[in-house]
Amino acid sequence: MRTNPISTLLSAAAILVAAQVAHASDITLVGAGGVLQDAERAVFFEPFAKQAGISFSEDSYAGEQAKIRAMVLSKNVTWDVIQLDHAEMIVGCDEGLYQKLDWPKIGNPEDFLPQAVQPCGVGAFAWSFVFAYDQDRIVDGPKNWVDFWDLKKWPGKRGMRASARLTLEAALLADGVKNEDLYKVLATDEGVTRAFKKLDEIKSQIVWWTTGAEPIERLAAGDVAVTTAFNGRVTTANQNGRHFALVWDGQMYGQDYWGIVSGSPHKDLAEKFIAFASQPEIQSKLPEKIAYGIMNKKAIAMVPPKAAEAMPTAPQNLKNAIPFDAAFWAENDADLTAKFEAWRAR
Amino acid sequence: MTIAPILLCAPLLVFLIVFFFAPLAVMLSYSVRNSEVPIVLPNLSKAIATWDGLGLPPASVFSALALDLKSNSDSMALGEAARRLDFEVPGYRALVFKTARRLQADQASTSGRDELTRIDARWANPRYWSALNRATASLTPAFFLAAFDLKMDDLGHITRVEEDRRVYLDTFLRTFQIGGTVTLLCLLLGYPIAFAITVLPRRFAAALTFSVILPFWTSLLVRTSAWIVVLSKDGVVNSFLTRLGVINEPLQLIFNRTGLYIVMVHILLPFMVLPIRSVMQGISPNYMKASASLGAHPFLGFFKVYLPLTLPGVGAGCLMTFIIAIGYYITPALVGGAGDNMISFFIAFHTNSVINWGMAAALGVVLLSAVLLIFGTFGRLLGLSRIVALK
Amino acid sequence: MKTNRIIAVYSCVMMLFLLGPLLAFLPISFSSVSFLSYPLPGYSLQWYEKVLQPTPWMFALKNSLIVGSLSTALATVLGTAAAFGLTRKNFPASGFVLALIVSPMIVPVVVTAVGTYFMFAKLGLVATFSGLVIAHTVLGVPFVVITVSSTLQTFDNRLLQAAYGLGASPIHAFFTIVLPLIANGVIAGAIFAFVTSFDEVVVAIFIGGPQQKTLPRQMFEGIKDNIDPSILAMSAILLLVTILLMVFLGLLRRR
Repeated sequence: MRTNPISTLLSAAAILVAAQVAHASDITLVGAGGVLQDAERAVFFEPFAKQAGISFSEDSYAGEQAKIRAMVLSKNVTWDVIQLDHAEMIVGCDEGLYQKLDWPKIGNPEDFLPQAVQPCGVGAFAWSFVFAYDQDRIVDGPKNWVDFWDLKKWPGKRGMRASARLTLEAALLADGVKNEDLYKVLATDEGVTRAFKKLDEIKSQIVWWTTGAEPIERLAAGDVAVTTAFNGRVTTANQNGRHFALVWDGQMYGQDYWGIVSGSPHKDLAEKFIAFASQPEIQSKLPEKIAYGIMNKKAIAMVPPKAAEAMPTAPQNLKNAIPFDAAFWAENDADLTAKFEAWRAR
Repeated sequence: MTIAPILLCAPLLVFLIVFFFAPLAVMLSYSVRNSEVPIVLPNLSKAIATWDGLGLPPASVFSALALDLKSNSDSMALGEAARRLDFEVPGYRALVFKTARRLQADQASTSGRDELTRIDARWANPRYWSALNRATASLTPAFFLAAFDLKMDDLGHITRVEEDRRVYLDTFLRTFQIGGTVTLLCLLLGYPIAFAITVLPRRFAAALTFSVILPFWTSLLVRTSAWIVVLSKDGVVNSFLTRLGVINEPLQLIFNRTGLYIVMVHILLPFMVLPIRSVMQGISPNYMKASASLGAHPFLGFFKVYLPLTLPGVGAGCLMTFIIAIGYYITPALVGGAGDNMISFFIAFHTNSVINWGMAAALGVVLLSAVLLIFGTFGRLLGLSRIVALK
Repeated sequence: MKTNRIIAVYSCVMMLFLLGPLLAFLPISFSSVSFLSYPLPGYSLQWYEKVLQPTPWMFALKNSLIVGSLSTALATVLGTAAAFGLTRKNFPASGFVLALIVSPMIVPVVVTAVGTYFMFAKLGLVATFSGLVIAHTVLGVPFVVITVSSTLQTFDNRLLQAAYGLGASPIHAFFTIVLPLIANGVIAGAIFAFVTSFDEVVVAIFIGGPQQKTLPRQMFEGIKDNIDPSILAMSAILLLVTILLMVFLGLLRRR
């Protein structure tokens, strides 16, 4: 133990520097975790790294925007490409968290579905917010949002997303609001009160989830009888031997985006990644891994029919579907989230 | 030679001042600072100071705002300001960005008032101007008021927030209630354990001590995942009870308050047992013998003689358990259910998700004050060394 | 005696409560399937193999070891020096200074984390190893000071005076006389500091970035996100390490 404290400190500092250097990878790609990220890794991340001859590291993001804000403010940006929720992409674009994209470097906007082309975002995939139950436990299950609320006929816990977005919409649909009036009603104070009143009916039975993988786990463990979920994760669970029924009636669909964090040290590579991930040959492989829709028009025709059936955009799944209104949420999120959290804690 | 000990202590003290006390001071300053809007809207801040706050402000204030928004180039700082205003009036964030975008797109020189109200009719509503007025003062009580479900209304009076927004008072109460219940459960379960350790045969006592200390040293997340396995619907407890025929339907033992209590008690029990045990081990058995030889019933002897002697340990255990419990974040997040969120949840929520750092700071300051108050009141009675020399 | 039997039975029940969950999950870590419930259809080592893969578990373990050992080194040096200073007879206001030093143990971790986050965001220390090491040092240092101070209380000051009398410099005397005698306390304090960092998750969530993902954070995200038996396999390994550390500490104390 005959060490000089100063030399100990110095060698510690040396290790520290070495550790940071050793960890640097060429690009950091950020997805939404769980099986979705597994799919993204297989379809986008690894093939891109292989083609470009680079190494990548990844992380998952569940909406903790402060992390991005802190990075950008302190000019210590460690995330490069990030998968973003639509409303968040709009807000972050306003506030300069994400870079305005250089579209010619990404691809031809004409090739994409119109909603995929945004100043700070490139449509990555289309998701659908649905509900599901385990057919091994419930034979004749709920068929729409009204049934979802029916605790008499289908007793048991309800898994719901711990977020005002999509949950308030589901409540209003269950309360009989027509699809086309949904966001008009939600824009009024009475509509919001109505949604919370409807949620009160099942509040004691709600189990909240935050990450996309949780509802699937809970459903598998039998901790919830019926749960809201994103469609892709349900289909993946079934491919892994589960027998979950997925209810398309009243599905709400929207899209997630690829964005680049402002001040990303690997901007060029980040653009190359997005361009790579937007190619039809690459995109068309996603639905086989996870049942989400794709945004490149040319890619849609390349999806094998079996995978296409499970996509939110398949015609039979779109029969009674409602588009998610991201602009509404970009404007009202703070207010409705405050009310939602107050209600949830009550 | 008197200077040497101080020099030895100095590096650590400087380190803690810079990296522990300064961060707490930063948090305190965030809870009252109000600089977001003045930084981005300097002309508006100057102009609005001359306004009496009644009705709509004079035209000069309108033009100052239009000028500031038109010339803004730091969208991130504008975002901070817009969020601060959204905290006063919902929807303000989007209004600021919409107005800034339109003004910047429009090359014509602005007259202010007309142009703003043409862009959005809300600029004709005095509400938005008094919010601006409040958000440009040098310091703000808004976050501390909000931490107690209060707000300053447009006339400057302190009122309770609308019913559907009240949340923090209840959450503080719930935090203390969960902390109190867990402390009480730990005391009821832990006191006999400590007693058993002191009276059981040596081997048995050592085994019991080991079973208290092993969980204490085991990672919090290891214990939490273990409990999730044990308590879930298909878990060990439920299948055991079902097989015994005690229950037909599996019990909901996790993702609710029951689960939270079970896991928190398991995690905090050592903090109760260890200080009580160390006090008990210092009590000579002769006391009880003396009281018995004086003819006291063992129960009376216990309550009159033994129990009072163990009180310092009980106090230290309860204090530490309660203080740790009310700061809990990880366990409620993983095993609690709806409505089991404690105040730490909201601190993290405002820091990481909605990015209202003023609110996070104010809630943090209130929690810290509560802890310091409790510690200052009871810690003095018990002596610092007894409480912290736990491990 | 009846009372004794009640105490014995109660103790057994409590041992079951305290240790039961830690034993109940072990078999599942050897499961051949990904469900977390009994009965197990078969056994395999696949979850241990998964845990030994470079990502995410070994990466997280490596980060935890880096952050843990650096913060331990820093906390041990700073804490031992301070404890030595504090226990000198002529130290002014030692009670107050001790209260300052141990306050990181009392302030709720989430409060420390938020304050540190706000300040580190300004300093550019968020999502850096240095930031996480510093924050963990703050949390670990009180344990070093307490452990070393209590060891120093049994230290005979006359030894030091004798050394000075023989012409030794204070630094020389510290390293040759004091340190060997209090080595056990220093090592115990260092272990406490290491365990504090190794098990810490709240600050790691706030301060750490993707490159600094530590083992507890990986476990936290795993439990929230994809709970499968690999978490239990990692838990089993950690439990084994914990037991070894406890045995080691017990031996240290006995000496």
